[in-house]
Amino acid sequence: MSVFVHQSSRVIIQGFTGQHATFHAEESMANGTTVVGGVTPGKGGQTHLDRPVFDTVSQAVRETGADVSGIFVPPPFAADAIMEALEAGIGVVVVIADGVPVQDMVRVKRYARDRNAIIIGPNTPGIITPAACKVGIMPSHIYTPGRIGVVSRSGTLNYEAVQQMTALGMGQSTSVGIGGDPVNGTDFVTVLRAFEEDPDTDAVIMIGEIGGPQEVDAAHWAQENMSKPVVGFVAGVSAPPGRRMGHAGAIISGQADTANAKMDMMEELGVHVVRNPALIGETAHRVFS
Amino acid sequence: MNIHEYQTKELIKSYGVPVPDGRVAHNVDNAVTVAEGLGGDRWMVKAQIHAGGRGKGGGVKIASSLDEVRQFTDQMIGSQLVTPQTGAEGRMVQRVLVEQACDINKEYYLGMIIDRGTQRITVIASESGGMNIEEVAKTHPEKVIREAVDPGVGLMEFQCRKIAANIGLRGKQIHEASKLMRALYKCFREKDALLAEINPLAELNGGSLMALDAKMSFDGNAMYRRPAITELRDFDEEDPKEVEATSHGLNYIALDGNVGCIVNGAGLAMATMDSISFHKGKPANFLDVGGGASPEKVGNAFRIVLQDPNVKIILVNIFAGINRCDWIAEGLIKAMREQQIEVPIVVRLAGTNVEKGMAMLEESGLNFIMAENLDDAATRVMATLQGQAS
Repeated sequence: MSVFVHQSSRVIIQGFTGQHATFHAEESMANGTTVVGGVTPGKGGQTHLDRPVFDTVSQAVRETGADVSGIFVPPPFAADAIMEALEAGIGVVVVIADGVPVQDMVRVKRYARDRNAIIIGPNTPGIITPAACKVGIMPSHIYTPGRIGVVSRSGTLNYEAVQQMTALGMGQSTSVGIGGDPVNGTDFVTVLRAFEEDPDTDAVIMIGEIGGPQEVDAAHWAQENMSKPVVGFVAGVSAPPGRRMGHAGAIISGQADTANAKMDMMEELGVHVVRNPALIGETAHRVFS
Repeated sequence: MNIHEYQTKELIKSYGVPVPDGRVAHNVDNAVTVAEGLGGDRWMVKAQIHAGGRGKGGGVKIASSLDEVRQFTDQMIGSQLVTPQTGAEGRMVQRVLVEQACDINKEYYLGMIIDRGTQRITVIASESGGMNIEEVAKTHPEKVIREAVDPGVGLMEFQCRKIAANIGLRGKQIHEASKLMRALYKCFREKDALLAEINPLAELNGGSLMALDAKMSFDGNAMYRRPAITELRDFDEEDPKEVEATSHGLNYIALDGNVGCIVNGAGLAMATMDSISFHKGKPANFLDVGGGASPEKVGNAFRIVLQDPNVKIILVNIFAGINRCDWIAEGLIKAMREQQIEVPIVVRLAGTNVEKGMAMLEESGLNFIMAENLDDAATRVMATLQGQAS
């Protein structure tokens, strides 16, 4: 198996007929992904890339049996599109848009509660189970099938880590970009849990960023619940403190969300922390073999 | 996006949050006229810049006469105000807020923020407001109340009453505070704020509550639907290089090192800076060229990075996903030929069309220092810098 998206996943694309959506849908199909159709409101009944176009997600689900949706609509329309997918019963929703208003995501997360769906993103390159299913915009050719799970906030840093792995002969079970936004659909804990339960994943690389408690929360969870080793890195050691407004940010974070503070905590909790981002692959190779 | 105190106060007042009577003034005569119009015998004169700690830098004064209003305004307007948050160069004061001074019994703290932990709008309140609130939060965390808001129903009155009672408000203050919090929350929601802060929230002689200082910042990604807020943006408060970068679709932040960085993706940009730091170098900037970097965008990135006179070397690190290495290479070659770049350039390319991009750079005959991977790139940057020094 793999996590969230598999060989058997049936994918639709929301915003299907747009330029970027078209380009990436074609690329996904060329790399083995089963794209069964798409949604562009007002263009229902047409055919695009030899696949049916629907006006609504619920029609698409009814007609094609889709269970995964890649959302390629612009940021102002992303929240509406996510809720439409959830309402239609889609189990995995991948939101590529960079620049979704954060309060929109606060409402989306409330809407998603009790719906038992996974929202990947926004502001993510997407998710890929190499040679089986890709929903997103990452360059497929750098990924190879394997037994290591990768989860990251950043897109390009995910590519960087994957290339380092590939150079050392390590492939990926699934690579998940959870996105760089402050309010995101899926957190590190959710992805770690899925990797822990996946029989085809042996170990995990977790790549975080400065800001927020998610990496340390994940390390706590891993210490108590994971049998598989985790290698971790947090970007932003050299990031400046920033001109901040007011005190609320510092009060809420307890000033423990700098990159170094997070890596120290993760290390204490049993994560194999890499301090030099150029050595993520090498460290994983040493720890996992 | 941040706005000034006087703008914040006008905004929250329109939602029903009590603020002192006052108006903004752009020159000395204007300030005196405002004070006269307000009446009374004591006025606050407050420098309007987008940085905290103004009191510590002499940007907040109490005037006991119109002469003092004149004197303080004259000192502030046109000066560079240095506060713990502005950096050593300070910030030019262009206007002051003149307000009626009030007698206060006690200072509370009230903030609202989108908390990354709860992933919700969260109210923060404390009985110990004022300048040392962060210290209080560290040493007496029990004095800081947090209450997350369910976005399905909004901030409920019972939550406000609970917060008010827990910070020690009593009697009709509880209802007053509740009304104030709900007004602030409504403003936060309707204007797509990321932060709203009233510090201090003052209890006046007589017991009523008032927002003596107020700050708000807003979600840039949502400003397309908040034109009234967008109009409040003050470009004088922003780094001109950062403003220029944004206009080219680049994300740039100036730092104090000498290694210029041009990278795609925020995470890789940070990791590149981290890698330079790991090799004991100092990045001069953060720069994310974003996805779909055209040759023009790369040219603009060079122009902005080179405006910083401290830059002694540039590291270009591109991992092309939706980007293409051949576009980047085209931009690099053009920039080198057109901009007479004198500093050495270390280039690391990976991802889509990497062979094509590398071949273009080689065939150009220009002097790029090619790196194989991230570690190699940082190593070459440091070796080149040391070669220059010796």
